[in-house]
Amino acid sequence: MSATTHNKAVGVETIGMTMRFGAFTALDDVSVKVPAGSFHALLGENGAGKSTLVKCMMGFYHPTSGDILVDGREVAVASPRDASALGLGMVYQHFTLVPSLTGAENLVISREKVPGVIDWRKERAGLAQFMERMPFKLPLDVKVAELAAGEKQKLEIVKQLYLGRSFLVLDEPTSVLTPGEAQEVLGLVRAMTKAGDLTVLMISHKFHEVTAFADDVSVLRKGRLTGTGRVADLDHRQMAAMMIGDQPIAALDSRAEPKPDAKIMLKVKALKAPDRTGLKSIRIEDLGVRSGEIVGIAGISGNGQKEFLEVLAGQRPRDAGEVMVRGIAYAATRAEARALNVRLIPEEPLKNACAPKMTVAENISFRTFDIDGNGKPVSWISASAIRSFSARLVEQFKVKTASLSSPIASLSGGNVQRAVLARELTGEVDLLIVSNPCFGLDFSAVAEIRARIMKARNAGAAVLLMSEDLDELLELSDRILVMSDGALVYETPIAQASVQTIGEHMAGHH
Amino acid sequence: MDATGIGLWGVPLAILGGAIRVSTPFIFVSLGEAITERSGRINLGLEGTLVFGAMSAYAVAVETSSPWLGLIAAAFAGLCFGLFHGWICKFPKVNDIAIGIALMLFGSGLAFFFGKPFIQPSAPDLPAIPFGAWSDIPQVQAALDVNVLFLIGAALAVFLWWAFRNTRAGLILRVVGDSSDAARAMGLNPTTVRLAATGIGGALAGIGGAYLSLYYPGSWTEGISSGQGLMAVALVIFARWNPLGCFAAALLFGGAGALGPALQSVGVTQGYYLFYAAPYILTLVIMIATSSPSRSLAGAPGELSITK
Repeated sequence: MSATTHNKAVGVETIGMTMRFGAFTALDDVSVKVPAGSFHALLGENGAGKSTLVKCMMGFYHPTSGDILVDGREVAVASPRDASALGLGMVYQHFTLVPSLTGAENLVISREKVPGVIDWRKERAGLAQFMERMPFKLPLDVKVAELAAGEKQKLEIVKQLYLGRSFLVLDEPTSVLTPGEAQEVLGLVRAMTKAGDLTVLMISHKFHEVTAFADDVSVLRKGRLTGTGRVADLDHRQMAAMMIGDQPIAALDSRAEPKPDAKIMLKVKALKAPDRTGLKSIRIEDLGVRSGEIVGIAGISGNGQKEFLEVLAGQRPRDAGEVMVRGIAYAATRAEARALNVRLIPEEPLKNACAPKMTVAENISFRTFDIDGNGKPVSWISASAIRSFSARLVEQFKVKTASLSSPIASLSGGNVQRAVLARELTGEVDLLIVSNPCFGLDFSAVAEIRARIMKARNAGAAVLLMSEDLDELLELSDRILVMSDGALVYETPIAQASVQTIGEHMAGHH
Repeated sequence: MDATGIGLWGVPLAILGGAIRVSTPFIFVSLGEAITERSGRINLGLEGTLVFGAMSAYAVAVETSSPWLGLIAAAFAGLCFGLFHGWICKFPKVNDIAIGIALMLFGSGLAFFFGKPFIQPSAPDLPAIPFGAWSDIPQVQAALDVNVLFLIGAALAVFLWWAFRNTRAGLILRVVGDSSDAARAMGLNPTTVRLAATGIGGALAGIGGAYLSLYYPGSWTEGISSGQGLMAVALVIFARWNPLGCFAAALLFGGAGALGPALQSVGVTQGYYLFYAAPYILTLVIMIATSSPSRSLAGAPGELSITK
């Protein structure tokens, strides 16, 4: 069994790696060297070729040309199986653990050779022995579904080590973790690389993580290696320049002075609603959002933010409590949303805010197709009005689409989000409810979307922003609230916000 | 029926006997369906498989005068139906529920077609073990006359419960049923695993059918199944995909099915037809009681199309 042999870090190097898909060059002559026992960061926008590069290393893709060296020797990696035989492993951004199995079951079944009948007593003893050598402490007899995100991430890493891998690719390993969890996991991984037990190549968006944990960094843009070097020699600005080149980045409007006496647009009182398991409920005692401010709600996913948004969006019935917009009871009907100028940008917009197979023009016109310029219902829907309206918005919000009549599902994630923003931010907006607006989008789209939200705030909209990205909340919010276990447990004005304290409340340590 | 002097005690006794007798096809079909659903696929065609299994078991038993060969034939026919379902479902954009309904109708239709000549002749029964021989009360004897298939079914339920957590095959089945992505990342082919699981599920449903035609009611007619195959699917959900739960739920359904005849036997002459509907009402009540609009089913395999 591979797990009983002690792991020794291996170094990996790619030389002149090129990958073409038809006429499209996803990777162009990329040479990256990751010495044994180092912690290497791989930076780049979506579509820059990061995952193509690691998939070539892991044997999922066969590069058009280029070589892979493991510990200085040229090797052929024709399949993931070859990669694992060489000790190369990957931890995916989305968990690959099986939720209904326990940690121990997950580890054992992922092994290459599993006996027909599993002797659990023997396996448990072996696992206990293995876990003693691990810096991670994990409950292995609990179903993975019941573990916290940080524990799952640790288990993913432990699994790779259990399988005898000593070179790990971590694909955005901290995207679902609290700042505290991220610190802990990366710190432990860092310690293992320092001890020479492990080599790590980490794909990341977060500069501060790269600076804090990585030795070296390589940056990809449009399939090319645009920079590489010691992290100690680079600052965030230089890394950003390597990542995005000289394209313009939308700047945030400066924050208009908040008016403390501004009108309260959204008021939630003693709200109670069942969560998705039906076993617990979310309780929002008292929340007010004033016009001209952004109230950010932080929290680890699964602590009730989604349910809260669904209640506000009218997708989930509530057991008790009231939601008032401008002092009027609000049940999220189309008529109420229209009368009170409430707009909604849910997470995963393609799934939650679009009809994927309908055209871009139709999707953009969802709010307005049945009313005329004066807000009166129309008896005939005018296709040409829909087209001209959406053409104007596509232009204005820079939605990149082949045509107005393409299905919206054919657009990239950033452009779907731009189209949804175009629809939701056009016209009078008094209350804007947003959830994870930038998840999975690239640098320039993120900057632009955040700028639009800030602009809406400055124009007097009350914005409720739920996000799992703490950096985003710190950048945009006027006040930050923390949601944990279905309730709002902490509130701080942005001036006094500390990542440390917010993280502790997110993790429920209070 | 008070002649032997056990009076109203006849009712629980008859329900117990009925539960044992009626539940056996439920046990096999639901265990088969539990295996299939644990792999992340739902096979609604088991009703058709059950009927076809009943027909083929009876036909082979008539021709060879061996109920055991009939049983094997039924299992084989069920295996073929299951594999066919699994094979079609491996193609992209095929809906397993729609295919299941098609196969349900196809299986029943095919069974009626081939089964016409076998409505008249009589086939040998599968053997039963008289656990009630110690008693001289005929009702007790009748109730405790336990068919070997019931015992096999009980053993199979325990075995599956154990195997789901202690064997490689069991863990692989759960992995595939819970997350195709995880399975692929482990180098498993979900389609192959589901094909095998659907095949085994079909074979068990075929055995359930053999029990119908070769023991209780013990002859081949076109109305031999009264929806046991479909109810077993509901039963698997009710049992939360747990083989032991399937066994218990099958007993419960069997007992409910025996309620009507039992009441009739003690002389209740009014409304007992209503009690014949007990299993169906029970299915409805259970489905309503265990479902909820706002929460997903605990323990459901993640890849199952009805729970996704």
